[in-house]
Amino acid sequence: MQPFLTLVRRELGMCYVSLIGYVIVAAMQFLLGLSFIIVLQALVNKPFDVPVTEAFFNNGLFWLVMLLAPPIITMRSFATEKSSGTYETLMTTPVGDAQVVLAKFTGALLFFMSAWLPLLAYPFLLKRFSVDLAQVDTGALGGTCVGIFLFGTLYTALGCFASSLTRNQIIAAMNAFVLGLGLFLLGYLTHILPPKPGWQSAILQHVSMVDHMKDFTRGVVDTRPVVFYLSLTGLFLFLTLKVVESRRWK
Amino acid sequence: MSTAPMIEVENLTKRYGSRAAVRDLTFSVKRGEIVGFLGQNGAGKTTTMRMLSCFMPATSGTARVAGFDVFTQADEVRRRIGYMPEGNPLHLDMRVREYLKFRARLKGLSVARSRERVDIVTEQCGLGDVASKVIGTLSGGYRQRVGLADALVHEPELIILDEPTKNLDAHLTRAVRQLIKDVSRDRTVFVSSHLLPEVELTCTRVIIIHQGSIRESGTLDELQRKMSAGQQIIAELAAPVPDLREAWEQMAEVEHFEIVAAEGSFHRCALTPRAGIDLRPQIFELAKARSWPLRELTRTRHSLEDIFVHVTRREQE
Repeated sequence: MQPFLTLVRRELGMCYVSLIGYVIVAAMQFLLGLSFIIVLQALVNKPFDVPVTEAFFNNGLFWLVMLLAPPIITMRSFATEKSSGTYETLMTTPVGDAQVVLAKFTGALLFFMSAWLPLLAYPFLLKRFSVDLAQVDTGALGGTCVGIFLFGTLYTALGCFASSLTRNQIIAAMNAFVLGLGLFLLGYLTHILPPKPGWQSAILQHVSMVDHMKDFTRGVVDTRPVVFYLSLTGLFLFLTLKVVESRRWK
Repeated sequence: MSTAPMIEVENLTKRYGSRAAVRDLTFSVKRGEIVGFLGQNGAGKTTTMRMLSCFMPATSGTARVAGFDVFTQADEVRRRIGYMPEGNPLHLDMRVREYLKFRARLKGLSVARSRERVDIVTEQCGLGDVASKVIGTLSGGYRQRVGLADALVHEPELIILDEPTKNLDAHLTRAVRQLIKDVSRDRTVFVSSHLLPEVELTCTRVIIIHQGSIRESGTLDELQRKMSAGQQIIAELAAPVPDLREAWEQMAEVEHFEIVAAEGSFHRCALTPRAGIDLRPQIFELAKARSWPLRELTRTRHSLEDIFVHVTRREQE
């Protein structure tokens, strides 16, 4: 446990001490703030028939943040260690491969989640300045948090996997982004393909992240997406572990 | 403490595809030794060290450190070794103290113990002045010390250093070398180098590796003796050439000789003895008996460099 915590601390330290960490947070806040302004302007014109949270998250800027931030946060996790050689010093300490993978994942996830923290101010701003106090629903807020967290776990795990495959962080980020975008766009196939009853469309419906997020932002936490995100996270962490272990395959 | 050798390597082989980087390596290192691992670039030094430090597995053969197998008991081995890889990779964004503490904690030391140990190694490696500096801003010599301090922080029984003085200037090399000597007092050191003086000055024993297999191993004296087949005795005597010629021909131990005129009435004789016998006492007795003035009597010994060149050339010829 001790090496795990030490490594998580190191991962977080790397994000918070370096400029890149703050650049990521600033960029995320800029995009989310923009998205907030769009919602506010819409609110001024006419009252919403959907929850504010849904309006806020059902726009391109939010998804841009969601898809771009995790690859950039995780791109360095394994790739830089490999290219600088510190991977060798790390892997020759009495620390298990699984501990290393989990620590890197946890560190990146904690940083990703912490970058969302300023968002907590938005509901208060809304409450303070809107006439209709019922605009912000606690359930919807909670569901949103769960959604962001689940999405974050999956995309962080995916990013760690991409980073473990290469020693170049740019390649790691691009791989993670392409993989993540592909996964995200799978759900859109239902819009393109003619709706034909069958197992294909059933599967596609279950992997539509936009639909998942719509549920979450309404405050509906269905177990099916929860299982979907957690199992995929597990899969990518498992793959990362195998890549790390492959160094010791004969 | 057990009496088992610190490092025991048997038929260790590592293949990358069809190319063998290390072939059938067998050697052992006793506790308390400072062993130099000498070889040209690409001879297989780093590969061997990586296998010993459990970074990668061998294709075949076994290696044991302090009695633990490096593949099946990797964690036990890792606890006992301090490894400094080639190029001394460090987290350049961390401060020296912070980095050493991080490494100590990673190696399983408690908070109190790690603080204590970091203080000790900081002092030992002369890092006191730069303890709060960011590693990236330090000079090469200091970085090397940080790497060494990291290797020492958990009090390992064995220190494995891969090219610790690479890319350092003469002054720093000397400082690092002294440091290695200092820390080796109570532990085993296995150090690789492609530089001979390095090994000659710090190590008690040398293993020479060439193209993936061991060519020679032994203490410096042993190696020099082994190579003494090519040694020569130089004697400068003031005597007529025919007399000298006769004397050498009569001496059964002399295999071959050359006589060259030197300044004055002296002649410089280069004698090659049979089977590495030391001819010097006999020559002295001869000069005394014939009352020939003798002004030089030396045995040319092979430096490690000659041995190294000799050993590594054998293959190429």
